[in-house]
Amino acid sequence: MLRRIKGGVHPHDEKKSTDDKKIAVLPLPKKLFVPVHQHIGQPSVPVVKAGDEVKKGQLIAESADGRGTPVHSPTSGKVTEIGNYPHPLYGKSPCVVIESDGLDQWQEGLLTDRSWEVLSAAEMIDIIFKNGIVGMGGAAFPTHIKLSPPKDKKIDTLIVNAAECEPYLTSDYRTMIEYADDVIKGTQIVMKILGVQKGFIGIENNKPKAISLMKEKCKGKKIEVVELETKYPQGAEKMMIKAILDKEVPSGKLPMDVGCAVQNVGSLKAVADAVEKNIPLIERVVTVTGRTVKNPVNVMAKVGTPFTELFDFCGGFRGANGKIIMGGPMMGMAQVSLDAVVVKATSGIVSIADNEVDLKEELACIRCGRCIDVCTMRLLPNVLSILSEKGQHQTAQTDYNLMDCVECGCCYYVCPSRRNIVHYIRQSKAKNAMLRNAIKTGSK
Amino acid sequence: METKETTANIQKPEKLVITSSPHVHNTESVTKIMWIVNLTLLPAAIFSVINFGLPALITMLLCIAGSAACEAAIQYWRKVKVTVSDGSAVLTGLLLAMCLPAGIAWYVPVIASVAAIGIAKHTMGGLGHNVFNPAHIGRAFVMASYPVAMTTWAVSRIGNSADFAGAMGKVADFDVVTGATPLGILKQQGYQALVDSFGGQSAMYKALFIGNTGGSLGETSAILLILGGLVLVIKKYIKWQVPVVMIGTVALFTWIFGGKVDGKLVYFTGDPVLHILSGGLIIGAFFMATDMVTTPLTTQGQVLFAFGCGLITVLIRLYGGYPEGVCYSILLMNALTPLIDRYIFPKKFGSLPEPVTRS
Repeated sequence: MLRRIKGGVHPHDEKKSTDDKKIAVLPLPKKLFVPVHQHIGQPSVPVVKAGDEVKKGQLIAESADGRGTPVHSPTSGKVTEIGNYPHPLYGKSPCVVIESDGLDQWQEGLLTDRSWEVLSAAEMIDIIFKNGIVGMGGAAFPTHIKLSPPKDKKIDTLIVNAAECEPYLTSDYRTMIEYADDVIKGTQIVMKILGVQKGFIGIENNKPKAISLMKEKCKGKKIEVVELETKYPQGAEKMMIKAILDKEVPSGKLPMDVGCAVQNVGSLKAVADAVEKNIPLIERVVTVTGRTVKNPVNVMAKVGTPFTELFDFCGGFRGANGKIIMGGPMMGMAQVSLDAVVVKATSGIVSIADNEVDLKEELACIRCGRCIDVCTMRLLPNVLSILSEKGQHQTAQTDYNLMDCVECGCCYYVCPSRRNIVHYIRQSKAKNAMLRNAIKTGSK
Repeated sequence: METKETTANIQKPEKLVITSSPHVHNTESVTKIMWIVNLTLLPAAIFSVINFGLPALITMLLCIAGSAACEAAIQYWRKVKVTVSDGSAVLTGLLLAMCLPAGIAWYVPVIASVAAIGIAKHTMGGLGHNVFNPAHIGRAFVMASYPVAMTTWAVSRIGNSADFAGAMGKVADFDVVTGATPLGILKQQGYQALVDSFGGQSAMYKALFIGNTGGSLGETSAILLILGGLVLVIKKYIKWQVPVVMIGTVALFTWIFGGKVDGKLVYFTGDPVLHILSGGLIIGAFFMATDMVTTPLTTQGQVLFAFGCGLITVLIRLYGGYPEGVCYSILLMNALTPLIDRYIFPKKFGSLPEPVTRS
């Protein structure tokens, strides 16, 4: 049965140019700029210094506050510098610069061959933590925290997010096709860790090959493949749970509050690699695509690879670029330069041609109500944008559910007045956060 | 910014555009919506020129030119960007013309246009901020100022025989023969007189459906207006619920309360078909009650709005002083729109069933 969500939009999926392309291996870059800030929260702290020799998979940064994730060297070589370099999400951020020695030599003790079935849940969580695994769907939430819910939250269902609803991106799709066994293994591992009996894999129905392959692989296991309508933002965590279990995560709560955990396909592959082979998260599948890219590809890229290397691998550009986006075009981050690097959350890099960039003038809201019809969180996006424009950020929060917005961008996508509603909403959220901080520090 | 040593030798873009996400948009825009609505009104507008001749065309051009010129003048004066090309002023002018009788004195459309654009739209802040439907404000304004001129209706030239060729031959004829509208006859002389004036009930329905009756420019051809409205529904520019509920409400209540035998009310004997096809109901339901700016935001709110419009229309038609009430019903409901929006809105995702604690 096809599962649907209410609201949402149907942007052109643009996946044709890469969905049949096998995951290629990127030639080893000469220099890697590995950011130590790879997850939500405080950046990790480098444990190597300039001049150190490192091996592939060696720990190079560890969590400052115990809640973050460690970072590992993606290749063997020499640390030349620890300095600030462009990060795709955080402007300039501390990076460990590694000059590759061209040997790509693994550190000893890795590449083990052990079975997940003999390991206990606690052992596996420790392995996942030590190997620096984060949510690879884009949010980069540390996986070991997600897998250790508080005692009073009973989790009974695991949902594998394989919707990949963002246009252009095919990295999750290729991962499912080429690493199907690893994905299933990762799912079983996470199910064992959480102690859940039921797993679901949600896939949008524009990926029939992945659906049939996953169905075949799941035979005889407690995992069910669920076909979802192709609609953005089907892959949003809350929408996934709504479509598959028909449960609504209460406002301000987390999936664990309805007994759910949601994991991205890429993260599960990383979990399987970590648990069975002790391989840390040092490389990931990245879709490099867009109208101006000569040969769009899916590529296995090492964390810290500059975007220039990836575009070079694609044969460079044809025509002028307007924007370079890390992530999909609906929620991705526009990049300042091509000097930014691949991080653990980079699911794709999309180029938008100069003539595709739409900088039409923003008009007044004409109250057409389309944003309300498409809002999956059932808010009043137009009202929020107007309140933000007028500086009434507090009213937006108290009376119009500002904090429930997931910033999926459907409202902007359909707005005939081209109001960048999401931008207004982010502005309100930021202003309110500033105000809260000011009150907090003022009262001390 | 430091440049990195890299083996890559691609041409780096000199400048990149940085905006907040999302980075893609569908193809809709306000301008596109406005011009398409204009286009869907065009068949009915052309028909009215055939039906009433050149005077209709002159009224129409006066309204459109008046509205556009007024908008341009105000925006020039306010030193803001002149947005006549977005089609919204043209649409207001065209809708306004559809509410006026053909051959009315030249200054009436001009005054109505100034009232519509100058008072109803720009004193409120321009497109998107007006509370009342500008075209209807324009009409109401001249209705109050020139009641005689506004109720001197041109008579159809096509006539009962649907003689298009004859009407086409007379298009350039400036003389306008005036007479009463079907709803006017109904109000003053009763139902039987109205049916007799058409020579039978089926002839009356046919005449009303095709549009060869007297009336304002846009309240004659039901079929062309419905076709235009259907295009808007298919393009999802309007919601089908609004015209259906508004027309349905009028049909229901006129059927229940509209029938009179020897001057006494007899329930369930009214003629809903007559009430649907005559007057400004069709154009009101498809083009005015669906105006985005002046109607509620949510579908549920719009349905309530449409029901209110239908109800007030029936009250005015059956019990009020005017034969027709669509214009005033929509204006009255426009006034209620902010109130409807305050009470009807979607319940947010993941709402908890706990009591609201709003201080």
